[in-house]
Amino acid sequence: MTDFLLLASNGPHDLWYALPLIVAVSLVYAATRHEDTRLILVHAVRTLVWIVGFMAVVFVLLSLLTWLA
Amino acid sequence: MTTEQTDTKSEQIETINLKDPIFAAFLAWLIPGLGHLYQGRFAKAILFFVCIMSTFVYGLYLGGDSSVGWGRVVYASWRPEDRRLYYLCQIGVGLPALPALVQAVRVRGGKEPFGLFMAPPPLVEGDDPDRGPTVDAIHRRLARYFQLGEIYTSVAGLLNVLAMLDAWAGPVAPVKREDEEEEKAKDRKTSGDWSETDTTRKDA
Repeated sequence: MTDFLLLASNGPHDLWYALPLIVAVSLVYAATRHEDTRLILVHAVRTLVWIVGFMAVVFVLLSLLTWLA
Repeated sequence: MTTEQTDTKSEQIETINLKDPIFAAFLAWLIPGLGHLYQGRFAKAILFFVCIMSTFVYGLYLGGDSSVGWGRVVYASWRPEDRRLYYLCQIGVGLPALPALVQAVRVRGGKEPFGLFMAPPPLVEGDDPDRGPTVDAIHRRLARYFQLGEIYTSVAGLLNVLAMLDAWAGPVAPVKREDEEEEKAKDRKTSGDWSETDTTRKDA
């Protein structure tokens, strides 16, 4: 419950601050892997989805652990 | 210096002229994207400049305001009470973070900083009114936005380190997995296509 309260105290809209960072990190990381622009964009989208998915899984796991505690 | 990169999707070999890689890496550190511009890699130069500089500038915007001064989130300090490890990451962005070093050197030498922009804040209230509010006061005023600014500017610096490596050595070619290679070789054997890889058959 604590994490939900923490989230509520800051406001869930604060999570949006992560999005520009994730986009920038994905694009720069992908650009260090390829030279072709199309391949960079494809790799960046894949990385973005992976990071968001990973964050979502961690969020769900932490929420579950807190709920069980 | 020229390097060859193999693209796994298209199987085409692309040649990149890295010119002087060390000089390119230095330029990439100085201004994000400048090293790639020097190498003639325009698309990547624009991408690195836009991504890294927008992240850094947005972080600067978050970590300051008109009451405490703009750009307070980037400053160099090695005082025992305020060791700015964040600056080690922020300096990765190069020239845009260097004013903080100039301000820190001036303050350490007992001189007044050039305004509050990137100047190290005083630690004790009333220590030096010309240097603006204390570290604590800035944190109280900006709260989580100061921390967000620290994260944004630090990530921008770290991303520029990746861009420097790219300017120095070219893109990291994705490595093919061995089992994929074996599968391809098997397919070629079954289909009777020996044209590209199997040199034994060619020689025979």
